[in-house]
Amino acid sequence: MQRRDFLAGTALSLALALTTTTAAWAENAKLKIGFVGVTSGPAAAWGISNQRSMEARAAWLNELGGVQIGDTTYDIEIVPFDDQKDPKRAIAGMEKMAQDGIHYVVGPNVDDGAAAVRPVAEQNGIMYFPYAFPKELYTAPASNAILGMVANYQSGPAIYKYLMENNGIKKVAFVAGNESDPLSQRDSGAAAARELGLEVVSDSVTYQMDTTDFTPVLLPVIQTAPDLLVLSGVSPANAPQLIRSARELGYTGLISTETAQDAAVLAEGAGELANGFISVGGASTPELASDTMKEFVQRYTDMFGEYNDESNTKVYALEYIVETLKANPAAIDNVEEFKKTMDTFEAPNPFMVGDAKLTYVGTSSFGQKRQVSVPLVVNEYKDGKFETLFVAQVD
Amino acid sequence: MEQILANGLYLGAQYALIALGLTLIFSLMNVLNFAHGQMYVFGGFVTYTVVAQLGLPFIVGLIASAVVLAVMGALIEKFLFRPVIARSKRDESTMLLAAGIAFFLDAVILLLFGEKQRGVPKVVNGVFNWDMRLIMPYDRILIAVLAIALIVGFILFMQYSRTGRAMRALAQDRVAAQLMGVDVDRYSMIGFALGAMLAGLVGGLLVTITGINLGMGGPTSIKAFLMIMIGGAGVISGAIAGGFILGMMESIGLTLLAAYGDVTYLVIFVTLMIFLAIRPQGLMGKPWG
Repeated sequence: MQRRDFLAGTALSLALALTTTTAAWAENAKLKIGFVGVTSGPAAAWGISNQRSMEARAAWLNELGGVQIGDTTYDIEIVPFDDQKDPKRAIAGMEKMAQDGIHYVVGPNVDDGAAAVRPVAEQNGIMYFPYAFPKELYTAPASNAILGMVANYQSGPAIYKYLMENNGIKKVAFVAGNESDPLSQRDSGAAAARELGLEVVSDSVTYQMDTTDFTPVLLPVIQTAPDLLVLSGVSPANAPQLIRSARELGYTGLISTETAQDAAVLAEGAGELANGFISVGGASTPELASDTMKEFVQRYTDMFGEYNDESNTKVYALEYIVETLKANPAAIDNVEEFKKTMDTFEAPNPFMVGDAKLTYVGTSSFGQKRQVSVPLVVNEYKDGKFETLFVAQVD
Repeated sequence: MEQILANGLYLGAQYALIALGLTLIFSLMNVLNFAHGQMYVFGGFVTYTVVAQLGLPFIVGLIASAVVLAVMGALIEKFLFRPVIARSKRDESTMLLAAGIAFFLDAVILLLFGEKQRGVPKVVNGVFNWDMRLIMPYDRILIAVLAIALIVGFILFMQYSRTGRAMRALAQDRVAAQLMGVDVDRYSMIGFALGAMLAGLVGGLLVTITGINLGMGGPTSIKAFLMIMIGGAGVISGAIAGGFILGMMESIGLTLLAAYGDVTYLVIFVTLMIFLAIRPQGLMGKPWG
């Protein structure tokens, strides 16, 4: 009897072990996608919206059983790295990605970080999706960076032209933080404004990023009486204070920026003084959003408690990576294959209604397709939320 | 010119209040509290939570910031700085501890309050406008008045209260104060709590005007160090003078040098380097410490 029990027990254990092993074999392979960007400090909102968008979308795709690339089904694993908006840290982050064998990285979020990681990415066969605007990152001989959003030199002229035609603006002033991104955005914005025939009445005033009182900063700008005040490259942390100071100084003209902002932050920091503020929004509006986009917003909110409008744009990078890999499975560990696919790549855009497509663009700005195609949505803030001013397409 | 002076006074009042807490802790314990800026940010977020999230009056938020930061400061002194000071005679030990606390608080703030910029509605609406020569929103005037009142209150407390006198004795000569019966541990803890409370109060005051975000801690600490270097480290009157001087320099620089780009802080740093080369102990500090 004891012997029979022992045999039965052994058989059961073996069966269990085999089942467990089989289950382990049935687990999907991992596809690691990196994120190197800023998730701490005043610009943290930019990077955190990136990371959370990736994590929310990856969790959703994994829940659906993973993504099939060639004959293999993968679960997506997001590997994040906070570069603290420091180019040295960004390099360390990209090196970490290379050591982990990662070939596709989203980020960095700012110009100097994106420029700094270029050699590491190119030497280690990494394609990366910066949210930074220097053209040299995307024009030949550079070929590993893909701009993840609409650049300010693409959105700026569209906004100025719209305001010239609809609001009759003639004089424009620029204010920028004393950092590479805002300064380069100010310079390209001012050049674009002049090209459109606008009079640039002030473009030399800058501020420290940790400024706590913008009244003395804005005083000389407001005295030039512009019709439009452009807050070049302004971070979500500084925008409400600048708007508030400008209005408190008696400025009644238009205020705009080419960076994405957060409606809740504007409501808390500037209240109704922010009404009429024009900014580039996330790449979706209620009219454009598909059911997938709506579900993404819900899942993101459930996971992290609060949605960020910027994630309407930031959700795209991971989708582009996955869909391009699906189109050419050989690119899974070979970015040269990825580059070849980009020129002809086309897939349905799950985040937009209608027959919108995911395609790579940028030929007119960079001479090669090194930009993801997302709609340019220009918003106007009103009473705690953004309203769509107009929608356009780049390239 | 009126506008420049008013901006300078407003900036100076808030800067002086930030510097006071830092210099108090330094004078009592010889500790450079690198986490002072993070305490300021924490105070701002506490006020934000009480006012914007819980819907309670601004004054309740301010009191909450003061209490939370005072408790935090007392705990940090008792359980972190006191044991380290008792075991190590090297100044670097407390500096490293302070830097560690700064990183720790950054992480706690991110976990508790998130990464976004936060702000609370204006306490007072309206703008004072004197014939376009002087424009100042009423809420800034209120905050400046409150900051100056707090500075005056702090000076009176240090001058005339028993606790203030004990802390001044401790700052002048720790050993002599101990021999005269001053409970060094107790007053060090009170001093640290008071310093942290001041940081929290400024954070609470300014959240109505500048808002608050995770990244403001480090730059705030740097500015506070600048102010106490100008005025003289460990000297209360020096911190106040340093705050007002920095505020005035910033206001003048931002107005007069605006046409040359963001050179104000460049000029301030160069001036400070020259000044410290001539007078390393600051305006009111003593060369022997």
